[in-house]
Amino acid sequence: MNTPEDLRYAKSHEWVRMEKDQATVGVTDHAQTELNDVVFVDLPKPGKKVNAGEVIATVESVKAASDIYAPVGGEVIEANSALTSDPGLINREPYGNGWLFRIKPLSPVTDHLLSAGQYAATLKK
Amino acid sequence: MPESVADSPLSPYHQAAGARMIPFAGWNLPVHFSGLLEEHRATRQAAGLFDISHMGQIRAQGPGTLACLEGLLANDPAKLKDGEGHYSFLLNERGGVIDDLFIYRMGLEDFFLVVNASRHREVLNLLKTKESPLVRFAGSPGSAVGMALQGPKAATILAKLLPAGTALPQRNRILRAKFDGGDALVAATGYTGEEGFEIFTDLQAGPKFWNRLLETGKPDGLLPCGLGARDSLRLEAGLPLNGQDLSGDITPVEAGMGFFVDVTRPRQFPGRPVLETQKKNGPPRVTIGLVGEAGQAPARHGYPVFLHGKRIGEITSGLPSPSLGYGIALALVDAPAPALEQPVEFEVRGRRVPAKVSKRKFLQGR
Repeated sequence: MNTPEDLRYAKSHEWVRMEKDQATVGVTDHAQTELNDVVFVDLPKPGKKVNAGEVIATVESVKAASDIYAPVGGEVIEANSALTSDPGLINREPYGNGWLFRIKPLSPVTDHLLSAGQYAATLKK
Repeated sequence: MPESVADSPLSPYHQAAGARMIPFAGWNLPVHFSGLLEEHRATRQAAGLFDISHMGQIRAQGPGTLACLEGLLANDPAKLKDGEGHYSFLLNERGGVIDDLFIYRMGLEDFFLVVNASRHREVLNLLKTKESPLVRFAGSPGSAVGMALQGPKAATILAKLLPAGTALPQRNRILRAKFDGGDALVAATGYTGEEGFEIFTDLQAGPKFWNRLLETGKPDGLLPCGLGARDSLRLEAGLPLNGQDLSGDITPVEAGMGFFVDVTRPRQFPGRPVLETQKKNGPPRVTIGLVGEAGQAPARHGYPVFLHGKRIGEITSGLPSPSLGYGIALALVDAPAPALEQPVEFEVRGRRVPAKVSKRKFLQGR
């Protein structure tokens, strides 16, 4: 299972890429494998305010709808519109073009999130 | 006491093939192998092979068998000729569905029933209360193997495994077949809306047939398929699932399956008075098909349905259709049924989403 070192992770299987004023969020390689073929995404609108740990999006396979939790609190600044026509990007490029949304974080602190190693360890249970 | 999860006799092969396994109705079964969409597509375009060893196989024999089953089942087993099968129901006194099942007549006073995994013990226990020196019921969970070979290439693939010149059964018929390495019952039935076969055999021959079918069908595009594709295929064909579209609180007439309840014969059976009334005066609720729009959230089990802003019922089964590219669903709503094409809404995550009433058979010409 691929877990890039430069990202931070939530136990609920989202990844975060922290840049200066924005946090890009997606689901992990492990999550996309578990979901199987993604066929629909429900993404938040820009301007939506969210607390860390709240449900912010839904990713659906044929079999089930799965909630996505905001790994950091803040304001949504962009949703990945490419997923509307090609939700399979989440399966093919979970850490790249399959990203879900960008948040302007309230705080740059990500101590509540896991490192790649810590996240990988949660998958071994 | 919680029931333990049993492995299918074919589980070792599923795991070796990289299947993702999930618990279902007391069984550990593959939800998908290569991927739901790929398996769904293979079954529609070529062929899919499904492990249905979890389905209950029950044999009913003895000189009093027909009389006994006539007094239990909603469709009349007396209509069946040797080698013929039909869809039927075991109902409660309220006319609700204990189980939907397929029953085949194997010979004089010899019937074969295939029931749902989730109701196997309940149905068998109920049947056992009717046992007498004149009728016996046999077939506990885990004692047999079943597999469904479905899709346009199913007949071609199956023919390659049978001795040359063996006739394949016609639709809804069953026959005994001799494979290299064992015997099986082969029925031309299924749960996908495709042409295909269900093969019932024993624990010894089962794994052999499974592996040989996969091997033989590979050049024709046959893929092993899991429960995920089984569900999306059956819903596209408008076929109900017990526990969702059928239950102890839903009658076959409400589910749109009244055709399979025979109230023209004199014989009484559980639930008959309710079904007779519903067939004559119409049921209080009806099951309708709903189609969504591409790019909209699909309807799922339990979502409420609204007509002109008023709640009229809820979704019993729903998912994004792999063949159609939009959401499809069955919904149980208050009678009278809204007309075909009537715009309605369902609620998903606190939002109303538009849908249209459709036929329950979502894929036409199948």
